[in-house]
Amino acid sequence: MSVRSEFTKGLIKENPVLRLALGLCPSLAVSSSVENAIGMGISATFVLVMSNLLISLVRKGVPSKIRIPVYIVIIAAFVSIVEMVMAAYQPDLFRALGIFVPLIVVNCIILGRAEAFASKNTPLLSVVDGFGMGVGFTLALLVIATVREILGNGTWYGISVTPSGFEPVLLMMLAPGAFLTMGLVLGFVNWMDQRKAERDKMESVVKAGFARSRKEA
Amino acid sequence: MDLSNLLVIVVGSILINNFVLARFLGICPYIGVSKKLSSAIGMGMAVIFVMTLASLASWLIYYYLLDPATSVWGVDLTFLRTIAFILVIASLVQFVEMVIQKLAPALYQALGIYLPLITTNCAVLGVAVLNIDESYTLIESLVNAASAGVGFTLALILMAGIRERLDTADIPKPLQGVPIAFLMAGLMAIAFLGFSGLSFG
Repeated sequence: MSVRSEFTKGLIKENPVLRLALGLCPSLAVSSSVENAIGMGISATFVLVMSNLLISLVRKGVPSKIRIPVYIVIIAAFVSIVEMVMAAYQPDLFRALGIFVPLIVVNCIILGRAEAFASKNTPLLSVVDGFGMGVGFTLALLVIATVREILGNGTWYGISVTPSGFEPVLLMMLAPGAFLTMGLVLGFVNWMDQRKAERDKMESVVKAGFARSRKEA
Repeated sequence: MDLSNLLVIVVGSILINNFVLARFLGICPYIGVSKKLSSAIGMGMAVIFVMTLASLASWLIYYYLLDPATSVWGVDLTFLRTIAFILVIASLVQFVEMVIQKLAPALYQALGIYLPLITTNCAVLGVAVLNIDESYTLIESLVNAASAGVGFTLALILMAGIRERLDTADIPKPLQGVPIAFLMAGLMAIAFLGFSGLSFG
């Protein structure tokens, strides 16, 4: 696996939220505005990259029986750093994200990458993998937040983007809007997948038919 | 002790600020373990149990070891909150698993497979952090944790009942499985919004 493909796989092919259905709680909770989504995305990406790096560095010295507690402590340490930095420099964002900042610890994407990737790969690849997954997580958050903020508030990143006659649908900002948007986005991703799979199947059938007719001729 | 205060916490955590449908905590088990009614009940009971115990342990640790105003050594260790809580919860789950296995094998048979899943359930860490953020007393924290667990179980059981029926429904292929579960959760969340009109006073 090249460095490049380790990065790009997290964006679309193995997108943690849309494909692997990991990290769903924060994707629902902080996606009511694009600003919150970006804040959460950057924080989680930082924790992912740093914890993947450290876990990859110590992977040979950690006995496999106690590896999970070790990983959790490493992740929690970086989350505490994010908490303190955000509380000091971005107090508004810290308040808006609320308990979802400490809850980055139990974001299953982070422990999942530690266990599935960083514990088996070199530090360089682990950092790239963590960065790709973090960017993929941020992208998924942005998609959901874009839908919710435009429909629910008529704005994108705080800038008004809808015509003046537009009546915002408050429901999209509230809890139900998060669930409905997530369900429809996941359904759309599945639909694209299934359409592509069908097209590939058709193509291979047509190719096989060509090959056969050529042989007969 | 003001009983009406406790009642407000109970109703608030179960209905108005339902952990799953209003606070978005514990979504992974909510989607993952809601395919069958029997496993939903098992998971719900395990969560109520662990959440209450975790709240007890984390409250004691926060106020006796970390908070400078009340701790035994008066040093400000509150920055260790996240690390301390997740370690407490992880070891508590392990401990509970061992104790139940020894003392109540029948209960272990019922809850056993759900216990390891609970360590990464954000609802457990969430309730421990919320108790501190809301500066609840010990009694309030325990009541809050137990009713948050009941609220989680309620949402999980309702969802399992719906999904057992969805199995035989004719759903468009791209929406089958997880997407339709989210859409159902959205409709349930709309229903639960109705409770936000409840007021006491």
